[in-house]
Amino acid sequence: MDWQQILTNVAGEIIAPTTAAYALAAIGLNVHFGMTGLLNFGQAGFMLLGAYGYAIASIAGWPVWAAFLVALACAVVFALILGVPTLKLRGDYLAIVTIAAAEIIRMVGRSTSMTAVTGGNAGLAGDGFKGSFQDLSPLPDGNFAIGPWSYSTNLSNSWWVRIVGWALVALACFLVWRWMNSPWGRVLKGIREDEDAVRSLGKNVYAYKMQALVLGGAIGAVAGIVYVLPRAVQPDSMGRPMTFYVWTILLLGGAATVFGPVLGSILLWTTLMLIKTVLRDVVPTTVLRTEQIEMLGWVLVGVTLMLLVIFRPQGILGDRKELAIDVR
Amino acid sequence: MRRAASPDRITSSRTRIAHRSRRALVPLLTVLLSVLAALLAAIPAQAAAVPCAADPATGCIGGTIRTSAGEPAPGIGLTITGQGESLAVVTGVDGRWSTPVTAAGDYEVALDEATLPTGETLRDPAANPRTVTVRLGASVGALFPLGAPTAGGSGGGGDPSTATPEPGTDPAVTTPDSGKPSSITAQRVAQQTVNGIVFGLLLALASVGLSLIYGTTGLSNFAHGEQVTLGALLAYVGCQLLDLPLLVSGIVAVLLGAASGWLQDAGIWHPLRRRRVGTTQQMIVTIGLSMALQYTYQFFLGGSPLRIVTANPKPVRIGGMLFTQQSLTSAGIAIIAIGAVAFFLVRTRTGRATRAVSDNPALAAASGITVERIVRIVWTLGAGLAALGGVLLGLYFNATNWNMGGAILLLMFAAVTLGGLGTAWGALVGSLVIGLVVELSTFVIPSDMRYAGALVILILVLLVRPQGILGRAERIG
Amino acid sequence: MSADTPPGRAAARPALADVERVPGSAKPDPILSAQDVTRTFGGMTAVDVDRLEVQRGAITALIGPNGAGKTTLFNLLTGFDRPDTGSWSFEGRSLARVPAAKVAQAGMVRTFQLTKALSRMTVLENMRLGATDQSGENLFIALAPALWRRREAQITEQALELLERFRLLEKKNDFAGSLSGGQRKLLERAGALMSKPTMVMLDEPMAGVNPALTQSLLGHIQALRDEGTTVLFVEHDMHMVRHISDWVVVMAEGRIVAEGPPESVMREQAVIDAYLGAHHDTDLGDDRLLEDDVTEQLEAEAQAEEEQR
Repeated sequence: MDWQQILTNVAGEIIAPTTAAYALAAIGLNVHFGMTGLLNFGQAGFMLLGAYGYAIASIAGWPVWAAFLVALACAVVFALILGVPTLKLRGDYLAIVTIAAAEIIRMVGRSTSMTAVTGGNAGLAGDGFKGSFQDLSPLPDGNFAIGPWSYSTNLSNSWWVRIVGWALVALACFLVWRWMNSPWGRVLKGIREDEDAVRSLGKNVYAYKMQALVLGGAIGAVAGIVYVLPRAVQPDSMGRPMTFYVWTILLLGGAATVFGPVLGSILLWTTLMLIKTVLRDVVPTTVLRTEQIEMLGWVLVGVTLMLLVIFRPQGILGDRKELAIDVR
Repeated sequence: MRRAASPDRITSSRTRIAHRSRRALVPLLTVLLSVLAALLAAIPAQAAAVPCAADPATGCIGGTIRTSAGEPAPGIGLTITGQGESLAVVTGVDGRWSTPVTAAGDYEVALDEATLPTGETLRDPAANPRTVTVRLGASVGALFPLGAPTAGGSGGGGDPSTATPEPGTDPAVTTPDSGKPSSITAQRVAQQTVNGIVFGLLLALASVGLSLIYGTTGLSNFAHGEQVTLGALLAYVGCQLLDLPLLVSGIVAVLLGAASGWLQDAGIWHPLRRRRVGTTQQMIVTIGLSMALQYTYQFFLGGSPLRIVTANPKPVRIGGMLFTQQSLTSAGIAIIAIGAVAFFLVRTRTGRATRAVSDNPALAAASGITVERIVRIVWTLGAGLAALGGVLLGLYFNATNWNMGGAILLLMFAAVTLGGLGTAWGALVGSLVIGLVVELSTFVIPSDMRYAGALVILILVLLVRPQGILGRAERIG
Repeated sequence: MSADTPPGRAAARPALADVERVPGSAKPDPILSAQDVTRTFGGMTAVDVDRLEVQRGAITALIGPNGAGKTTLFNLLTGFDRPDTGSWSFEGRSLARVPAAKVAQAGMVRTFQLTKALSRMTVLENMRLGATDQSGENLFIALAPALWRRREAQITEQALELLERFRLLEKKNDFAGSLSGGQRKLLERAGALMSKPTMVMLDEPMAGVNPALTQSLLGHIQALRDEGTTVLFVEHDMHMVRHISDWVVVMAEGRIVAEGPPESVMREQAVIDAYLGAHHDTDLGDDRLLEDDVTEQLEAEAQAEEEQR
């Protein structure tokens, strides 16, 4: 067994842009679920919208900051459209509406009739929208290696994407920490516990829920951008499963904690990589084909989610007394 | 705590709806199965043109040809040449064609215009023959839209679209077609309406369980789609891998499906309810379960479409409308099964107890109904019906795969929400509405967005009438 | 009646002495007045109140058999439910169909029959949440603690004072969920007072409370009135009604059937009829009503009846 190769692969996952993107998405979901108790099952929809918004604006020749704003604007509008009908209803309605809305985004995006804008089900190739972002890099071109990590400085799966991705994660963590420990966060927490009680104290619950939905969705859109920067925009790779991975990450790390989403993302992706590379090394392909190993990994993710929710709903970092799952 | 009605304390002379209701499930299942038997016997299961299933050593080229009116065009000949091979295929009654190739690379697909139905022409004659690039392990579509020639041939099918089996796509949508709304004629409307009703009936079978489970336990079961898939996959395994007749494998699939529901409730949900795990928490558990099951299916059966019956379906013409024998038979079975469920709910003690639990579990418990037993029956029955729905949907779609149930899960949710969460009638009405919306929306929106149309309806309904069509407004406080 | 009648009562009772003892009678100084309020659920009329006035600075009890529509009326008045018809004004300001949060901001704060202390927040956080004018509750200002710290310190001070008064001070860092039922009721009430309301609406303030705490809860309600806060409460416990209320409004089948001071209203034929309709085997003055299991059983039956409709 080639342990060095395995460790290199696993170490690569720790700082991978995908890990950062999922951490961001889970931070956004944490604002929804951990802080406010909103059951958003459409986080992948926010991510896909962010990715589309950024990529389409970039392809149209807009500068990075403008494309970034377009992505945020898409998420904000989407959150408003979702929130208006559902935030006054029971929590499980929000779950069904968000999951449906995310699917609508994906179905419309992949529709043949949208090919001119979204590239249909083939999506948008990375070369079309990555240029402006890569041009912003202050790093010299070439390759750079630290320990097990060796990547190009500026190309698509580069140090530059990693630096920006993790800087965004750090920023999001800082903001969420500030919010969680503010009177604003206190109101959200109250809503998570019992929104009628908070209403009876004179707080406009609807407005607070809307703010949380918009905020978490906007963070999700940023996650979408980070997710597609090293690859292409593929609507079918950003469907329901993606939302469920984000949930697993959040519950693994610990909902309603600042660093739970980051820890969850790193743990999920490194563990998956470890399992896959070890299995690939150990089990002959006659017993398990490569795709089967991949699928086994995802079966494990599903089972992990089930076990976590049943036996340790507060996740790794959460406080058992303050676990945040069974709320409406 | 104060509010919780403690059953043993309330000794009022309230009518006991069911002390120990008889096993009404057994006769019900018997009825269902004998009906299934009678009707499935009509569907021939002999092997014919095997549809292409992409795997690492095989690539697929295929497509669907529809007449300018949007109906499937059967009997059109195509030749595929390239990489040292030359293959001939003919479109089936559903207008579909596909062929496997074993080498990656460019292939030329030529349509024999002499085989086109009278009066039909290629919309873009310049695109015949056309060249497609095949990758192994993937499907590629070659589209030949029919209709009046358009300038420049920009009729939506300008490029062969790649239809790789991806998570989140489903057999009904992967069919490459023009993606443009089709023109409205009275006959098309009639045809689509009937199609919508058939699809709605099958959807209703699949969603009754979802609705009853929600009604009796408050759980939104996101893994219900996998129960549907299970039925279809078991039928596939029976028919294609074990060479059993469709009839036998259909019955076995429904029985195993029902058994899986029993097992699931006994092994997971009952213990969770006893641990007093909240319904939100349980809902997330169903999501984990759904993920685990989907990948387990894929682990064993792969990611490509699987056909339960490989014979090309027989076309039946009624009043100018074209159906396949399969869809008519499926609709018949669905109607009888739904009738049986209705009879069960209205006429049997267990059925009435089920509705009582659905109405108000605390009150039902107080009136002497063993709620847990009813819930177990609901899980068994619901999963059995989902499996039956799965078998029939697999026949209706002409193919199934690991994600068939997942792909229609949201339509099922839309149906039960529309009808009013938790009521069986609601599931039926909602499913019919969703079926019609899905099929009729193709007149106004591109057909690959038709499921999206149904979901938009779902959101609009929640906005206007959150309790659904048949639900009652809730009383607060 | 206890001999040491508190000063608040001394002021409230004479003001109500001349009020006509009929349903919907006009009060000399009404803080809340409602007209033609109706609410139906399906075919059932839950509330059908022609007229109701609540005297400022008094403790008014709203009583009636189960299913009389008391809680529904509460929900309507506080914006937690929408009426089919009707209008009401609070301190001269119309509050019909105004959202619950706005009602609370206007100075009419309620508590719930099922206590709504936020169990996974600490007692102190529960209290702070009740405060008003905290600019840090704005999404953007929240990010700059410098802008809201001063107000937070004032709020904390006020919260600690109230907790001390309600004997919850030593629990301030415990999760609210770890408190006993009675303590949670106290906490909910204390939280409601953080916003310094002019009127508090208490839905069954004594329900489920350990008898040892009853006396102090009653004392708090009287203290509220004595400080000038108007109190309207729903209660089943007749003992408590007689003990502290200045005025009693009786509801049955959605309507107000009688009004009057607690000593006399219980003797009215309409009131006796209203109660006989529901529980003819229950003596109104029976102290057995204080026992939990009896109350619980009556509750469960009433709830079951309600849900059956």
